[in-house]
Order: sequence, then C-alpha cells, then structure tokens
Amino acid sequence: MDTRSNTTLPNPIRPAFERGQRDEAIVVSIGPSHPATHGTVQVIAELDGEKVQRVDVHCGYLHRGFEKECEDHTWHNLMPYVDRLNYCSGLINDFAYCEAVEMLLGVEITPRCRYLRTLLSEYSRIADHLTCVAAALMELGAMTAFLYLVMIRDYMYEHLADLTGARLTYTYGRIGGLARDLPPGWLKRLGEILDRYEVFVARIHGLLDRNRIFIDRMRDVGVLSTADALNWGFTGPILRSTGVACDLRKDTPYLAYAELDFDVPVGIKGDNYDRYYVRMREMDESVYMIRQLVELLPDGPLNVDDRRCTLPEKHLVYTEIESLINHFKLIMDGPDVPPGEAYAAHEAPNGELGFYVVSTGGGKPYKLHVRAPSFVHMGGIGRMLEGYQLADIIPTFGSVNMIGGECDR
Amino acid sequence: MAAAIIDTLRRELSPDSAEPCLSHGTLVLTVPPAALLATARRLCSEFGFDLFLDVTAVDWPQRTPRFEVVYHFYSSVHHVRVRLKTAVPEAEPVVDSLCSLYGSAHFMERECHDMYGIVFRGNPDLRPILLYEGFVGHPLRKDYRKDHEQPLVSYRT
Repeated sequence: MDTRSNTTLPNPIRPAFERGQRDEAIVVSIGPSHPATHGTVQVIAELDGEKVQRVDVHCGYLHRGFEKECEDHTWHNLMPYVDRLNYCSGLINDFAYCEAVEMLLGVEITPRCRYLRTLLSEYSRIADHLTCVAAALMELGAMTAFLYLVMIRDYMYEHLADLTGARLTYTYGRIGGLARDLPPGWLKRLGEILDRYEVFVARIHGLLDRNRIFIDRMRDVGVLSTADALNWGFTGPILRSTGVACDLRKDTPYLAYAELDFDVPVGIKGDNYDRYYVRMREMDESVYMIRQLVELLPDGPLNVDDRRCTLPEKHLVYTEIESLINHFKLIMDGPDVPPGEAYAAHEAPNGELGFYVVSTGGGKPYKLHVRAPSFVHMGGIGRMLEGYQLADIIPTFGSVNMIGGECDR
Repeated sequence: MAAAIIDTLRRELSPDSAEPCLSHGTLVLTVPPAALLATARRLCSEFGFDLFLDVTAVDWPQRTPRFEVVYHFYSSVHHVRVRLKTAVPEAEPVVDSLCSLYGSAHFMERECHDMYGIVFRGNPDLRPILLYEGFVGHPLRKDYRKDHEQPLVSYRT
C-alpha cells in the first residue's frame, strides 16, 4: 500500500478521547464486533476500575447509502431497501413508508388494507419484542428463556413466510395496498400461534420476573429519567419505561388504532427491568389487539382502485392494451407522485419511525429521509451506561434493542 | 387542543401570516437562519415541544440559497408536529446548533453534517458518524455521483 496515505488519511475511527481524565483510568474499546453485543457498534469506554466513567459510541458500520440509493429508484422499486431498515419488523417499515407516499398521492387505502396493515404491524411488534427480549436474556446466560422466545418467533416467521414469501425481508407493502391477500387458513394458524405464545410467555414470566440473578442485573441498572429521555430524543418502550404513556398509536392514531381497545404499559423508573417489562406487556397488548382485529377485518378489495399507483391485474395486462401500458409505465417510470413533502411517523417497536419524503413530481423520490429510532437512541445511550459497571453495558445495550440496519442506514 | 396550539404558533412565530401552512397535519414554519435558534428555543421552552425528532437537509442545486435544513419537532403534551425550515447558501452552509436545547441534536446534527456538509455552529463534536474519517465529500449532495469511489483508507498502524 502507498505509504503516503498513512500520513494523509487519519484512522477510520477517531475516538473522542484517547486517554482518561485521571492517570489510573484506562480506555477500552468494546466492539464493533463483540460476541456479547448484538449489532455492529463500537463503544469506547473510560474505566475507573470496573466503573464506566465516559463512553463514546460509534455507529455507521452498517451504513450502505440507503437514502442515496432510494433517490435512484422508483417509489415502488425501493421497497426491498425499506424492509432492511429494522429487519426484525420489516412490515412496519413498509407500512410507514407507504403511508408517506400515500399522503403525497392523496390516496386513501381500503378498509381491508387498513385493518390488515394494523394487524400485521402488531404481529411484527411481537416478533420484534421477542427478538429483543430473547437476545438480551441470552447475553445474560438465560438460554432456556432465549430458546422459548425464539421458538415462538420462528413460528411467526414461518407463518409470515406463508403470507409474504419471506421470513424477514417481506417486501409486502405496496403504495395504495398490499402485495397479496391472506392465504386460506392463515387466520386460523394465527390463533394457534397466539395461544402458543401465551403458554411460553407465561413460562418466561415464571423464570425471570422474580429471579434473584435477573433482578440483580436489571433492577436499578441503566436508569433513565423522563426529562433525560425526552431531551435525548428517546421514544417508544424506552420513553414509556420512564413512566410516560407516550405512544403514537394512542396520541396521533393512524391506521385502525383509533377503533381498538388497548392499554399503554409504562414503567416506574426507566431501568433495564422496566424496559424488559414494558416490552413484555406490550406484546400482550398486541395479542389483545390482533384478536380484536381478526374480528373486525372486513371483506372487500385490498388495493385502491387508482391507476397512478396500483398495478393492474395480471390477466388484464395480458389481454388489453391499456393495462399493459399501465403496468409498463408503473414499473419502468414509477408512480407519478405529485410534488410536495410529507412526514409520516409510525410507532415502531423501538420508537418513532418517521419517513420524510420530498417529491418534485415523477417516478423517483427527490429525497427520502428516515428518522430511525435506533440512531437517535445511540446518541443518548451514554446516559444509561455512564456510572454503571462495565458488565452492565451488556444488559443495558440489550434492553435498548439497537438495530444496525436502521441505525446506520 | 391541537388546533389551538397551531393557531398560537402561527400567530406567535410567524407574524406574516402568508408563510406558515399545514402540510398533511404538520405545521410548517420557514425562518431565516438567524432566527432559527430563537424560534427553536421558544418552541422548546414556551410551547412544550419537548421532542426534537429529526434534522436533515434537502439539496436544491438550482436554487439560491442551495440547502434547505429541515427540523421536525413533536410535543408529547399537545401531540402536534412542527416542521421548521431554513435555507442556507452553499458558500456558507452554517446554522446554529440546537445542542443547548436538546441533547438529541448532538448525533442528528453530526449525521446531517456528514451527509450534506452543513456546519452546526456550537455543536462540540462534528466528527463523522455514519461515514469514516477521511471520507471525501458529502454523499447526499446532488452533485455527489452515486458511483463515485472513495480513496482507499490505509490500514491502521
């Protein structure tokens, strides 16, 4: 390699501090690839003995130019990229993005689509929370609990694969609708999985809630006050764990949430235990909502009858020229979205997931920006790590559920 | 209640009533860069906009000034969103940092600095965050070609 570049280019990472504030302090680098943290993130910590004095969190290891790439794809074709933001709950990403584009188009989705999107959002939320709780527990050595939770999650992934064709990256949302309707027997299987879920989550509560070892690692660790949480932009379960019932599904109802009965669980003091418990309770609320939605789910068309965004039916594409041209234009040029800007926010499992889209007309976005909860949380995670033990980084990090895909984009 | 706070904001923060408008339920305020920090401070302390959600920029190469810096705020009390926009020129893409008001500004402004080269005056730490040290240019600017290649960064010694 050219030796000159050694002098002209600095290291890829420049820590905020290289040495401790006091002589006896040491600076350690944890990650970016560490067996006990899920997600590729680097924490540079100044230690005084075992105690963390200061941290400097680096993310960006999974940056893949999502926003730049979106500007070069049509509104429809970028859907697979959107899936890969928070890959634990890809459907919620899809629906939030679709809503932003539908705002610009002035499209109102059909009732069946609205209820189905709500149902699938809640289903994804359960899968996401299961992943978060399971991974956090595994890192504490609770292998049984991990396997119980991941088993349920796997039933869900298989079940979602029946509907969408993929376990994780669904690409199931469509502007103005959804890719396809429910296959036969899907709702029956949904009921079975939810019943299984309840059995196994009851076992998790039995294993953990009053478990001395678990409480010692979680209670009063990583405490966050409400004022700090708001100031540092925390949303979702982390904000609610500090005691504020701040939930977009209640506060600014979207999709079908206004018609559902559900509670917003909150914590007491915003520590790791509260974050665990808020997530567990939210899953129960999601199950309750899904059961209501199964009853409410109306029949009728899935996609809006709007040729600007909805693909014509395949048999028409093959038999009549108008539909053929319509299909061709939608695929090659993309939907013609009128100029304007919109911000759509959904309550994702990790917090407020916002899509800010700008259109100048035509088939491609002029700009697409994601307000990713994980990224904002990484900015404030120092509040939860400083002052605690080095070993506490693992459960605290697990309880925050940082997802590299949406953090780094 | 939401309508009342929107009316108040319109009256208080944008006296020339032609400018502010409601865009898909979000109140949009456009302010000059010099008034940005003062407006954000009033939003934060007077009107209860306790969550600073997001900052990003939009690059309009044909316009002068070229960059539009876009802020999103949310009030957990009123459940209302406000979008604050300000325009800065290419020659001096500088706005005041909101770090003194919101902690979340630290990371989000770093990202915007990475992607567009907007300088946030007063942010103590504008190191690259999603990019790396030695990255040349600002990838979300419209004149940064998608297939542009970066110089090879040397191994750490």
